[in-house]
Amino acid sequence: MATESHGEAETGLVFHPMDQFQVTPLFGADKVEWFTITNVTLWMGLTIATIVLILVFGARGRALVPTRSQSVAELAYGFIYKMVEDVTGKDGLVFFPYIMTLFMFILVANFLGLLPMAFTTTSHIAVTAVMAMAVFLAVTIIGFVKNGFGFLAVFWISSAPLILRPILALIEIISYFVRPVSHSIRLAGNMMAGHAVIKVFAAFAPLVLISTGIGIVVTPLSILAITAIYALEVLVAFIQAYVFAILTCVYLRDALHPHH
Amino acid sequence: MDPRKLSGIGEIEMATQTQDVVTSAPGMPQLDFSTFSNQIFWLVVTLFVIYLVLSRIALPRISGALVDRADTITHDLAEAEDLKQRAIEAEKAYEQALADARVEAQQINVAMRAEIQLQLDAQLAKADLEISARTAEAGAALAAIRDSAINSVKDIAKLTAKEIVSSMGGQADTKTITAAVTARMKG
Repeated sequence: MATESHGEAETGLVFHPMDQFQVTPLFGADKVEWFTITNVTLWMGLTIATIVLILVFGARGRALVPTRSQSVAELAYGFIYKMVEDVTGKDGLVFFPYIMTLFMFILVANFLGLLPMAFTTTSHIAVTAVMAMAVFLAVTIIGFVKNGFGFLAVFWISSAPLILRPILALIEIISYFVRPVSHSIRLAGNMMAGHAVIKVFAAFAPLVLISTGIGIVVTPLSILAITAIYALEVLVAFIQAYVFAILTCVYLRDALHPHH
Repeated sequence: MDPRKLSGIGEIEMATQTQDVVTSAPGMPQLDFSTFSNQIFWLVVTLFVIYLVLSRIALPRISGALVDRADTITHDLAEAEDLKQRAIEAEKAYEQALADARVEAQQINVAMRAEIQLQLDAQLAKADLEISARTAEAGAALAAIRDSAINSVKDIAKLTAKEIVSSMGGQADTKTITAAVTARMKG
């Protein structure tokens, strides 16, 4: 939800719901190179700082009876650890640090994005696609390394009638390659849509200043809507991080145990 | 402003940039591919840093704390179980000691009673003996007293008889009087 960069010369309502997603250089550079320090850098840095705050400083005490901040860190740890163990099995626990990294990054980035004036790094398809592709490639490589060509059994549903198996195999292969797309667009789309909707309502909110007649109805309604959608977005911020992590685990289970 | 920008190339660059901004602003900044390399670079850096922090510091620390706690709880539970066992044993020992003490007390009671009975019997026998001895002694003393009393009576009778005889003018010799008194005393 970045500041409006457009001139306010236009009269009437100003709709720029997508401006908040713009990548802008921080220190006045006029072109975004790959190494330029941009608002992406800032908010990813803040994400790192928050994670360090929660998981490193929070858990600093290592007390036998945990303090509150330590409980938060242990809760996050236990939540993801149990999820990885339940979904992928004991042999999937090797990948726990990677999944924890992904989950904590998405979770914290989502929540930081909900701060006013913040930039939501996870609303960008470039970010989510890299993570989804990384998961996809890792799962495919792990699958072939662990099972050899036995990994192809993931496409061959042995419980289905023989005549259906080739058709199912085709569907499975298509769905396998669509995975990174759905995996990344789900997250980016959710984050982008919610933030854009909030911005649209935010544009309606000052209507009372322009036209008192309609504004007296629309302004309170839009403020109410912003509040409601913000609450929903808080939920979505967590759920999308969880969904991304659990889908990663599900894909990983396929790689570790390709036989259904 | 960079002087290079004043050249023709610079102006074209600026023109395309402003063009970019104008066209991308109403559309989706997500599809502005010129920023992809920047985002991907910083994302990779960020994920790498987070991974390092988590795998080197945070996760070992948290799992260490969890393991420590689990260990402590298991240890404490085992210790509590041990203490409970010992308490049960101590209670058993106490009950045993109590029962033993009761039996012993019973035995001591019986033994003491027998001993006391024995002593009592001995004392009674001794007392009986003493009583009979004292009774005999007293009887002897009584007999002696009666004998001496009889002798005194005899003496008094003799003297009286002698006096009576002499006052009546007779002369009574001792032998006769003694014989008469003795004869009378028998009657």
